[in-house]
Amino acid sequence: MGLSTDGQALDPRTAPEFQTAARSVLNDAQLRKNVRHATTVIQNKRAKVVGELPDWQELREAGGALREHTMKFLDAYLEQFEANCTRAGGVVHWARDAAEAREIVVRLAKESIGDAPSEVIKIKSMTTEEIGLNAALQEAGITPYETDLAELIIQLGKDQPSHIVVPALHKNRAQIREIFQREMHLPHLGETPQDLADAARSFLREKFLRVPTAVSGANFLVAETGGVCIVESEGNGRMCLTLPRTLITIAGIDKVVPRFADLEVLLQVLPRSATGERMNPYNSIWTGVHPGDGPEQFHVVLMDNGRTDVLADEHGRETLHCIRCGACQNACPVYRQTGGHAYGSVYAGPIGAILTPQLQKMEHAESLPYASSLCGACYEVCPVKINIPEVLVHLRSRVVERKTAGLRVLTNAEALAMKTAGSLFRSERRFRAAQRLARMGQGVLARKDGSGEKWISWLPGLLGGWTQVRDLHALPDETFRQWWEEREKSKKHAGGAA
Amino acid sequence: MSANARTAVLERVRAAKGGAAELAKAASAWGLLPRAYHRDGDLQRTAMLERFIDRLHDYDAHVEFCDDAGLAGAIARALYACGAKRVLVPVGLDVGCPEELERVEDAALRVSELDRVDAVVTRCTVAIAETGTLVLQTVPGQGRRAATLVPDIHVCIVRERDVVMTVPEAFNRLALTTTLPTTFVSGPSATADIEMTRIKGVHGPRTLYVVLEAEAG
Amino acid sequence: MRVSIFITCYNDTLFPQTGRAMVHVLERLGHHVEFPAGQTCCGQMHYNTGYQTDALTMLPRFVEQFRGAEAVVVPSTSCVTMMRDHYPSMAQRLEASGKYPGIVAEVNALLPVVFEFSEFLTKRLGLTDVGAYFPHRVTYHASCHGLRGLGLGDGPESLLRAVKGIDLVTLPDIERCCGFGGTFAVKNAEVSSAMLAEKVQGVLSTGAEVCAACDNSCLMHIEGALHRQRTGVHTMHLAEILASEPEPNIAAEVRSGDVVAGDSEAVVWV
Ligand code: SF4
Repeated sequence: MGLSTDGQALDPRTAPEFQTAARSVLNDAQLRKNVRHATTVIQNKRAKVVGELPDWQELREAGGALREHTMKFLDAYLEQFEANCTRAGGVVHWARDAAEAREIVVRLAKESIGDAPSEVIKIKSMTTEEIGLNAALQEAGITPYETDLAELIIQLGKDQPSHIVVPALHKNRAQIREIFQREMHLPHLGETPQDLADAARSFLREKFLRVPTAVSGANFLVAETGGVCIVESEGNGRMCLTLPRTLITIAGIDKVVPRFADLEVLLQVLPRSATGERMNPYNSIWTGVHPGDGPEQFHVVLMDNGRTDVLADEHGRETLHCIRCGACQNACPVYRQTGGHAYGSVYAGPIGAILTPQLQKMEHAESLPYASSLCGACYEVCPVKINIPEVLVHLRSRVVERKTAGLRVLTNAEALAMKTAGSLFRSERRFRAAQRLARMGQGVLARKDGSGEKWISWLPGLLGGWTQVRDLHALPDETFRQWWEEREKSKKHAGGAA
Repeated sequence: MSANARTAVLERVRAAKGGAAELAKAASAWGLLPRAYHRDGDLQRTAMLERFIDRLHDYDAHVEFCDDAGLAGAIARALYACGAKRVLVPVGLDVGCPEELERVEDAALRVSELDRVDAVVTRCTVAIAETGTLVLQTVPGQGRRAATLVPDIHVCIVRERDVVMTVPEAFNRLALTTTLPTTFVSGPSATADIEMTRIKGVHGPRTLYVVLEAEAG
Repeated sequence: MRVSIFITCYNDTLFPQTGRAMVHVLERLGHHVEFPAGQTCCGQMHYNTGYQTDALTMLPRFVEQFRGAEAVVVPSTSCVTMMRDHYPSMAQRLEASGKYPGIVAEVNALLPVVFEFSEFLTKRLGLTDVGAYFPHRVTYHASCHGLRGLGLGDGPESLLRAVKGIDLVTLPDIERCCGFGGTFAVKNAEVSSAMLAEKVQGVLSTGAEVCAACDNSCLMHIEGALHRQRTGVHTMHLAEILASEPEPNIAAEVRSGDVVAGDSEAVVWV
């Protein structure tokens, strides 16, 4: 059945290495078909609506510059947001890490719930996934209801999200139907996507109208006004933001934008990149508490949880520019094969490969910076121009630094090989000698094929991965430089004779 | 605890960047950010309205036009077409709904009461042609957010002069009311969470009617 | 023009025929070709695997070897991408170390004359027809570094379209990575194979006899599977196709342009 997450949270600290996790996923034909289908559809939709905008590159440029600017003045903008949100009747909390954020949300939820049944409704939020909020709520005796269709599928299926925008893209309709039939007690549920969405509507509607406490993430925090913006499709977000008495929003400190007008850029690039729509069905923007409209109590939790570590790395900090559109995941040829769970983190794909190792201690996610062929498809689609390949390569150098510190280099086969190769390339003489040696050394490995050409079908050690599925052309008898030198010699000879 | 966390986080941010930022400096740097994208639309009025209608249809919204029967007639046609019987009107809406239908004023109705109306009729602040978007705010005639959310049918009146071409133009129009609760609505609620198949209508109104109100004269 | 070849370490060792073909095409076009003998490697493998300090040490050698070149031509999209993307910042680090004064200026002067082979033909020389003849069905693999790294666009395919006798078929999903990715192919061998499987499917679906590219590293990977599966489909660097010529006795006919594809054999010049 391949990799099942079995309700186990995706935790980089305990997850297997990417290579190992990928190996088992690659055998899951169903999952791979679902992922291929979903990413192809979104990519095509995205390409179509992005193609409609003649100023797309200018928008990306503006988006990237805006995000970079925000990070540069982050402390000032956070304080400005806090002041304005507070003035408008919101209550701002700060959390250094996941534990503190969980503790605050649980406490606020309990206060809001009072004597009512212990329940909250939730809007899809990767930040709450990042900190494992649902488990913390449950531990405190509070039942969280995920209200986004995909998150509901994940929650009822005791699964884990595999994509930051479409978390259940690894499931097809038959699998979703099975989950709904079982968990909603609907033995006669139909099998069209419409039937399934209708089932979710009636399952959740009663909860929307009844549960007085909601927990959300945020897409953007507007420093200038103290406003919060959430982008969604189904209307479950609006339900959670509008109907309950108390709303608790949790956001990474990277979510702030300077001004209201900046949304004119972000709300153009985000929907087109995320779901391939010109505008997603609903964007909600609200500021604090508004008498007669929406919750009476509004809390925002501003969470660090490793983000300042990312900010401190000059070459890694552009990772914080991310607006979580998921376009890089859809474009990634590696993600296309493995889906999200193999990344062992709620942030999968290219953004996960650069974000997770930086939010965590590097040793928990050392395989992720290598989970890329550096093809650049992610950079090409990123609406805020994060040079993901560049950051990946930078993180690789941090991995190597850690692995080769002091004498460790001597016990690391790869590092030794790389160091040796490095010394060959520093000297033409040594390089030539190595070329000669390699040709001699391949003797036992190379075999002639039917046409008389020599091929290698098995390689030892580190290189064995190559010959698992590929042959390797044997080294030719003469290098280019040998040919060149011979030619020059004979030219000279001919010239001399004339 | 929380005060400590606040100081700690802000200090970490400053340490990470190598110093504290000032808002005044941020403001002048903000003014220099590249903004070479299109601000204004390049279509004539009629072409722009056509674009708007095209986008709305693309998202499965319905469009009604005012004819001799005027605005009231167009609203009536929309409401009859979707079989609405009880119709919610927000405070301050300046047009009526057909006599035969039951008109419910939104005087701080409870959610369960909102859930028992079929449709809601509102105006909007501005509409964006390029994206087929209606922008609603909490002002008279547009109602509070729940009023356009819980009923299953939303009929929204858009004055032609409130239609702009681009997203930046819309943000210009919102510049003085940035702190009002604001909702951008683009088509009926939808999801593509199941096999990327777009399904119209999940939790928000499943039917959206736009009534285009022509300029007077 | 005086053209200096940077052959790159892996082409030197594994694909000498590509270098020979490149020399042949350039000389056929009337250029004077040079090969600075002390050259080794651009540093890409080290840089991209995380051994950036080792990569740094290779830059001074490159500068020394190609100082004063009129044009440096390289048969590898990924090596040229490496040089354009990283040499400027690498030079800055070297300069800052105090050991290589002036290297930033040297690198800045050198980079504008460094060209990938097809790019040199189409962009620097403005050519598409280089007088080649290759009567075979060919599909072109764009390679990520050619497509996104260097922005070669239609350049390589425009060269192929101008080859007499060729039957050029577009590769489906041409923009998708083949799964090579340098050390990725070894470190993540299984995912790399899965990506390769899709690419090979694409190549086979075109019915091509030859899959061409401007980068032998992708081709080594694709060829490895095509050979393992005994598909009978070959891979060739673009330079090798452009170097192919008709046999002397029919050369005249070909030049006059009335040879039908498949009528006669081309001499693959390698
Ligand atoms: S890194 Fe860029 S493309 Fe990927 S999710 Fe973030 S914003 Fe989107």
